[in-house]
Amino acid sequence: MPPREGVYGLLAEFNTPGELVQATKLAYGAGYRRMESYTPYPVEEAAEALHFHKTRVPLICLLGGLMGLTTGALLEIWINVWGYPLNLRAMPLFSWPAFVVPAYEWTILFAGLSTCFGMLALNGLPQLYHPLFNAPNFADGASTDKFFLCLEANDPRFDRIETRKLLERCSPVSIVEVQH
Amino acid sequence: MATQGPIPEIDDPMIDPRTGEYAVIAPGHTFKSVTQKVAGIVLTDNTPLSWLGGLFLSATVAMGVVVAVTWLVLKGVGIWGITIPGAWGFAIINFVWWIGIGHAGTLISAILLLFKQTWRNSINRFAEAMTIFAVCCAAMFPLLHVGRPWLGYWLLPYPNSMNVWPQFRSPLAWDVFAVSTYATISIVFWYMGMIPDFGTLRDRAKSPLAKYVYGMLAVGWRGSTRHWIRYESASLLLAGLSTPLVLSVHTTISFDFAVAAMAGWHTTIFPPYFVAGAVYSGFAMVLTLAIPIRKFYHLEDLVTLRHLDNMAKVMLATGSIVGYGYGMEVFMSWYSASHWEYFMMWNRMFGPMGWAYWVLILTNLAIPLTTLWSRKLRVNAAYLFFLSFVVNIGMWFERFVIVVTSLYRDYLPSSWGTYRATKWDYMLFIGTWGLFSTLFLLFARFAPMIPMSELRTMLPQAKIGKGGEDAKAVVQEAI
Repeated sequence: MPPREGVYGLLAEFNTPGELVQATKLAYGAGYRRMESYTPYPVEEAAEALHFHKTRVPLICLLGGLMGLTTGALLEIWINVWGYPLNLRAMPLFSWPAFVVPAYEWTILFAGLSTCFGMLALNGLPQLYHPLFNAPNFADGASTDKFFLCLEANDPRFDRIETRKLLERCSPVSIVEVQH
Repeated sequence: MATQGPIPEIDDPMIDPRTGEYAVIAPGHTFKSVTQKVAGIVLTDNTPLSWLGGLFLSATVAMGVVVAVTWLVLKGVGIWGITIPGAWGFAIINFVWWIGIGHAGTLISAILLLFKQTWRNSINRFAEAMTIFAVCCAAMFPLLHVGRPWLGYWLLPYPNSMNVWPQFRSPLAWDVFAVSTYATISIVFWYMGMIPDFGTLRDRAKSPLAKYVYGMLAVGWRGSTRHWIRYESASLLLAGLSTPLVLSVHTTISFDFAVAAMAGWHTTIFPPYFVAGAVYSGFAMVLTLAIPIRKFYHLEDLVTLRHLDNMAKVMLATGSIVGYGYGMEVFMSWYSASHWEYFMMWNRMFGPMGWAYWVLILTNLAIPLTTLWSRKLRVNAAYLFFLSFVVNIGMWFERFVIVVTSLYRDYLPSSWGTYRATKWDYMLFIGTWGLFSTLFLLFARFAPMIPMSELRTMLPQAKIGKGGEDAKAVVQEAI
C-alpha cells in the first residue's frame, strides 16, 4: 500500500504530447518505474514510453462471452428439455437451431458488460478521490489540453531534489509537488 | 478522392486543397477551443429560450403517450385498430420503424470505428443517444401489444410459482433477448464513451451541483495513460461486439416475419434487407437531428459538410440495397410460381391499399436514389434535411406495407378483412415522436453531445512528430 500522507509525487506539466513522451522516456531510462502520464485523449506513444502494452481487458471480454454463451445455452436447454417441456408442432425438445439466437445475444450481453465493468475495475474506478486532483493545474488542464507526467514518491529512486532536477531537464511548463 | 461533380468554390477554407473534400474539423482549432465549444453548450448559465420552447413543445406532444397508454391500460388493446386478420398493425410497424432508426447509431459508433473512419467521431455521440431513445420508443410497442403490459416480465426466464417458462422456439422470445441486449449494450457503450468527457465537464464546471453530478458520472476519471489503454481496448471490444449485435437485432426482428409461413414474409432475403433498411432510415434520422443541431449550436466547424456528404453516401448505398430488396421481392413472387406469392404482390401493388406501396417507392427509392448522386445536393444541408423526412416516411410505409398487406388478405378469402388505425394508434405513435425529441433535447442540454476526447485525437496537434522532435533536442541537450 502506498503511504497515505506526505508527498504523493512530482507532477510535471507539458504543452505537447511529444514533450511528454520524451520526458517519460528519459525518466524510464533513468530507472523510474512508478510513474504515470496523464493526457486529455489516448496517446499510444505515451503508453509505449511507459512500457505498458498488455491489458487484460480482452481476456475478461472472452471469459464474459463464454460465460454468457454457456449460461444462455444451458438455460434454454434446461427449460425446453427438462424444466418445461412442450410438444410444439412435433419439434424435438432439443431443437438447438432455435436456441442459437438467445444464446448468441447473451454471449454479447455478458461479454459487453464484463468488458465495460472489467475495464473500470482494472483501472481502479470508481475512485472519486485522487491526490492529483489537489494540484490546481492538473484539474485545470489534464482533461482539456495539458499533458502531465507524475513520478511517484513510492518509487525507490524517488528523491525530492534529484527527481525534480531530472524533470527540469525536459523543460516542463511547471513542476508541482503533489501531497496525499 | 474528388468526385466527378464540380467542386464548389475552391477558395472555401473548409475544403482541403489536396483532396477537394470538405474538412472533418475546420482548420485552426486547438484542444482548448474544441473543448470550450462542446463543454460550453452544457455548462452555460443561459439556457437558450428556443431550447426551452422546443422542450415545451416536445413534452406536450409526448403527453400523447401518457394519454394513449393510460387509456390503453384502462380499456385494453381493443382501442387499437388491430383485428383478425390484421392482428399486428401499428404496434409492430412502429416497433420495427423505431428500432431500425436506432441502428444507424450503432453502425456509426461501432462499425465505422472498426473501419477507422475518424470522421464519425463528431457525430457518434448523438447518434448513440438517438439509438437509445429510439429503442426506448420501440420497446414500448411490443410491451403494450402483449395486452397486459404490467405482466411483461413474464417474458423473462425466471423461476416462478406458476412453474411456467418461456418457449425458446418462437422468434418473439428471441426478440426479447435481442432487444434487451441491444438496449443494455447501447447504454453501456454510450455511457462508457462519455466517461472522459464527464471528467472534462467536472473539471470545467463552476457550479457545485454540476461539479458534483458530473464528478459522480465521471467515476474519478483522470486521463491516466494506463487507463486510456484499457479504455481504448474496451471501446474496440465493445465495437466488435456491437457490430454483430446490431446485425443480429434486425435479423431477429425480420425473423418475426420470415419464420411465419405468410406470403410476402417467408423469404430468406428479409434479414439483410431489413438491416439495410434500418441503416437507411437511421442515417436519415441522424441527418434530421444533426442538421438543426449544427445550425442551432453553431457547430458547423465540427459537424461539417463532409459529415453530411458521407452520411448521404451511406444512405445512397443502403438505399440501393433496399431497392434491390424490393426488386427481388417482386421477382421472387413471380419466379416462385406460387399462386399466393403472386397474389400477395399484386394485392400489394394494386389492391385496396396499393397506394401505400407507391408512396413507399416514391419516397424510399424515386426521390433519394435519383438525387443523392449529385454532390451539390449531398452538401446542401437544407435539401438533406428535407430528404431525411422523405426517407423516414418511406421507411415507415415499408413496414406498413409488409405488415398490413400480407395479413389482411391471406390464404383464405373468407377471412379477408381490412386494417384501419384508430385515433389511439395515431396518438401513441405521434406521442413517441414527442418522447424521442424530449429525451434528445434533455441529452443535448445536459450531456456532452460531441465526444471531446475523440475530437482532440483528430487535431493536427495530436500527431507526435514536431513536438516530439523539439523535445528530443531538449533532452539531448540536457544529457
